Amino acid sequence: MAEKLLEVKNLKQYFNAGKPSEVKAIDDISFDIYRGETFGLVGESGCGKSTTGRTIIRLYDATDGEVLYDGVSVHGNKSKADVKSLNQKMQMIFQDPYASLNPRMKVLDIIAEGLDIHGLVKNAKERKQKVIELLETVGLNKEHAERYPHEFSGGQRQRIGIARALAVNPEFIIADEPISALDVSIQAQVVNLLRDLQKEKGLTYLFIAHDLSMVKYISDRIGVMYFGKLVEMATAEELYKNPMHPYTKSLLSAIPLPDPIYERSRVRTPYNPDDHKYGPDEKVEFREVAPKHFVLCSDKEFEEMKTQLK
Amino acid sequence: MQLDKQQLPPEKFERVVIDTDSAERISKPSLSFWQDAWLRLRKNKAAIVSMVVLVLLVLMALVGPHLNGRSGDVQNLRHANLPPKIPGIEKLGIFNGVGELGGQKLDLYEVKKVDEYYWFGTDGLGRDLFTRLWEGTQISLLIAFIAALIDVVIGVAYGGISGYFGGRTDDVMQRVVEILIGIPTLIVVILMILIMEPGITAIIIAISITGWIGMSRIVRAQILKFKGQEFVLASRTLGASHNRIITKHLLPNILGIVIINTMFTIPSAIFFEAFLSFIGIGLQPPAASLGTLINDGYKVMEFQPYVLLFPALVISILMIAFNLIGDGLRDALDPKMKD
Amino acid sequence: MEKILQVIDLELSFHTFAGEVKAIRGVSFDLHKGETLAIVGESGSGKSVTTKSIMRLLPETSSEFKNGEILFDGKDLTSLPESGMQKIRGKDISMIFQDPMTSLNPTMPIGKQVMEPILKHQKVSKAKAKEVAIELLKMVGIPNAEVRYKMYPHQFSGGQRQRIVIAIALACNPKILIADEPTTALDVTIQAQILELMKDIQKKVDTSIIFITHDLGVVANVADRVAVMYGGRIVEVGTVDEIFYNPQHPYTWGLLSSMPSLDLEEERLYAIPGTPPDLLNPPVGDAFALRSEYALKIDLEQAPPMFQVSDTHYAATWLLHPNAPKVEPPATIIERMKTFRGSRYYEGTDGNLGGEA
Repeated sequence: MAEKLLEVKNLKQYFNAGKPSEVKAIDDISFDIYRGETFGLVGESGCGKSTTGRTIIRLYDATDGEVLYDGVSVHGNKSKADVKSLNQKMQMIFQDPYASLNPRMKVLDIIAEGLDIHGLVKNAKERKQKVIELLETVGLNKEHAERYPHEFSGGQRQRIGIARALAVNPEFIIADEPISALDVSIQAQVVNLLRDLQKEKGLTYLFIAHDLSMVKYISDRIGVMYFGKLVEMATAEELYKNPMHPYTKSLLSAIPLPDPIYERSRVRTPYNPDDHKYGPDEKVEFREVAPKHFVLCSDKEFEEMKTQLK
Repeated sequence: MQLDKQQLPPEKFERVVIDTDSAERISKPSLSFWQDAWLRLRKNKAAIVSMVVLVLLVLMALVGPHLNGRSGDVQNLRHANLPPKIPGIEKLGIFNGVGELGGQKLDLYEVKKVDEYYWFGTDGLGRDLFTRLWEGTQISLLIAFIAALIDVVIGVAYGGISGYFGGRTDDVMQRVVEILIGIPTLIVVILMILIMEPGITAIIIAISITGWIGMSRIVRAQILKFKGQEFVLASRTLGASHNRIITKHLLPNILGIVIINTMFTIPSAIFFEAFLSFIGIGLQPPAASLGTLINDGYKVMEFQPYVLLFPALVISILMIAFNLIGDGLRDALDPKMKD
Repeated sequence: MEKILQVIDLELSFHTFAGEVKAIRGVSFDLHKGETLAIVGESGSGKSVTTKSIMRLLPETSSEFKNGEILFDGKDLTSLPESGMQKIRGKDISMIFQDPMTSLNPTMPIGKQVMEPILKHQKVSKAKAKEVAIELLKMVGIPNAEVRYKMYPHQFSGGQRQRIVIAIALACNPKILIADEPTTALDVTIQAQILELMKDIQKKVDTSIIFITHDLGVVANVADRVAVMYGGRIVEVGTVDEIFYNPQHPYTWGLLSSMPSLDLEEERLYAIPGTPPDLLNPPVGDAFALRSEYALKIDLEQAPPMFQVSDTHYAATWLLHPNAPKVEPPATIIERMKTFRGSRYYEGTDGNLGGEA
């Protein structure tokens, strides 16, 4: 877990920068992802978690800050060869299993797209062979190759999306809410598949979601985002046991669990950003309250949290 | 709830192992989008009938002028102003060559001592209207098809570039479109005809010069919609080139809309050509088009209604057929657009 | 308990290009006064269609009642003329939809939208209706209701819009409120607020709620009773405790064990294999058998009837037949059953009352 695979440094992504309609989708966030781990990014809709994923994979140009992959900057002017190698190492799985597959293409061609772009296969026979292998990896079979996306169920489509990402042998996969559009019984299938693939191929994941129970299950470390800022980051275990930032606490207390007895006694703690009462000269920074546990807080809060932990 | 005590043999309650792979099997036959659309289109009777009618009309437009061996521009004043006379049907009391002459109903073929049959009659210059009708249909269809083709090519390219590249390119291109749309089409056309020699080329250019704008707007909107979809993003993260994204992902998805829209462009081009010819700035005699034929017929409508009847019928059927096919295609290709 | 709505043996089909889709294949349930009945199931299980058929919101041209009746207030809603239905909709039975963004009219001030059902169903003056509307908006927690009354939907956040939708639904004190995934489109924290609001309101106005959702956490939070739907049928129905702590149907087992729990460390999630059945050609027998590791021979031949587990608890699985072999549910289910008095795995201290054998 020691080797940093991805470093995000002071990343900023402003839409309509400089105009009155400016939106600070990502407002100065920094985190690292280590090789072989799953980093979960949670937050509510509009908090910038998906934008973060898309900016990392160059779907958007960053406004400021940098993203280093294996020590190499992802953004800025790059040679075609560099871009290609990045595209091959970094892949993405999308949220909507209905919109993420081209309805006019056969599954065979959808999965083989990466193979074609990167010239990974020599002829049509090898191409088909490789696609069938990928289909089997994700629990489908060769009969599915000649079909069109609309013939599949949501879970099957999501697995086709995973096969497409796997085709180029990536090291790092950004999963952008891969299960939130799926039925409960299917979510487990996809999550198990992602876990198996990680073990088998040593993949690193950035897992973006709003469903905290799944994120906790799949992630090693979790970052919590609120309005473009990372407010807390810790190992999954630590975050659930000792949530420090009031927003994290409120988020955790809001999740309903499939347990009626617990539900009857669950008390929700609401979060109001004004409760911090930060003074004008207080520095609100990302600080390490415990080893590997970071919280966005002021000096005063920092001291308080430290005492709470002891 | 009441079946609780039903007697069932115990061996029925053996556990079985289900091959869970079977749950992944898809039983439906695999259908591509186009096969699926065809199945839907086939159930639309109006569209199918229209297609058959249209094919017949196109066939007639191609072979019709050669069917009776007469040329459309040979004048035979001795045979002028003959009403329709069709062998076989003449005995039924219609199309028997009877017309009005000096207030009396007479068989004009006998009066003028004509032995031949003019199926759709002749005009004031003695030209065979049957041949002229199909020649005219041919030219009208030709103009419409070429104009529609130009619309598609320019419209898709312009709208596609504007939508796909967006930003400043889009801004500039859309301002140009807005200026073009501000100029009344008819004025542009009249100016065009003044500069150029009236004829097929002039008409085609006149129709296309502003006709592509509608198509370009539709294509631009579609491209804008699709380029943000996740399957296009996925392709981008795989490193696809612009070329690949446009040809493999965007064009196949907007093709349906383009086809539907073309189906409505063709009849409006036919109509516009007819309109230009009718007001006299389109095709010039002796060339025939549905518009000039209707113009000719309109002048003698009271005495020789048949001169107007046949071209008017053909243009109406063409318009209806194209529109019904367009409607049918819209329902088949894009079920969501129905309401 | 007073039954306010009875659905008896309902069967409904859609006619599509591909053929007849049997969306509901014999659904029966009762709704009691003042309770919240949650209907759980995956997409395509028929849960939404069931409630839409109660409201008769399905397109008349493509849907068809094949069998059964929906009894409300002595009337069978399946055969009521449209004019009769209009008197019931929004007055006796009202509905909240999933997407608060599209269920409000964007060009009408929200106050007017709340007033609409009041003016339609009750003989009151405009001034009185306005008063009631403001009262309702206050009740659902819209601050400053007198001022915001004149605002348009886009000036509200998603959560507030759902509150307004609830206010509209409550305008005529309906006897039944149908909520079709009302929190699915909302964030967790907003969802929690809306759920609290709905429970709160139910206490105040004493309406019965049918709550459709696929989220078992939400079910555990709001429901008094739960009906689990699969493949167009109800496979298990019982009180919320019975369903969560003593489930009997393998599908319910699968659903409950496929959710990760926040405090248990599981190596692998239990996943139900395969995909939901295609109701164009529904499988013979138990629709779930093809995905179940507990399938019996008879499951493939004959659909199971409802077996009674307790006074309130029924499940449609052959496993409950006296001739059926005893099977071990998944480990997480046994964990759950251990806490339920009356289940066969109960580990309580009240002697030999536990266990059914």
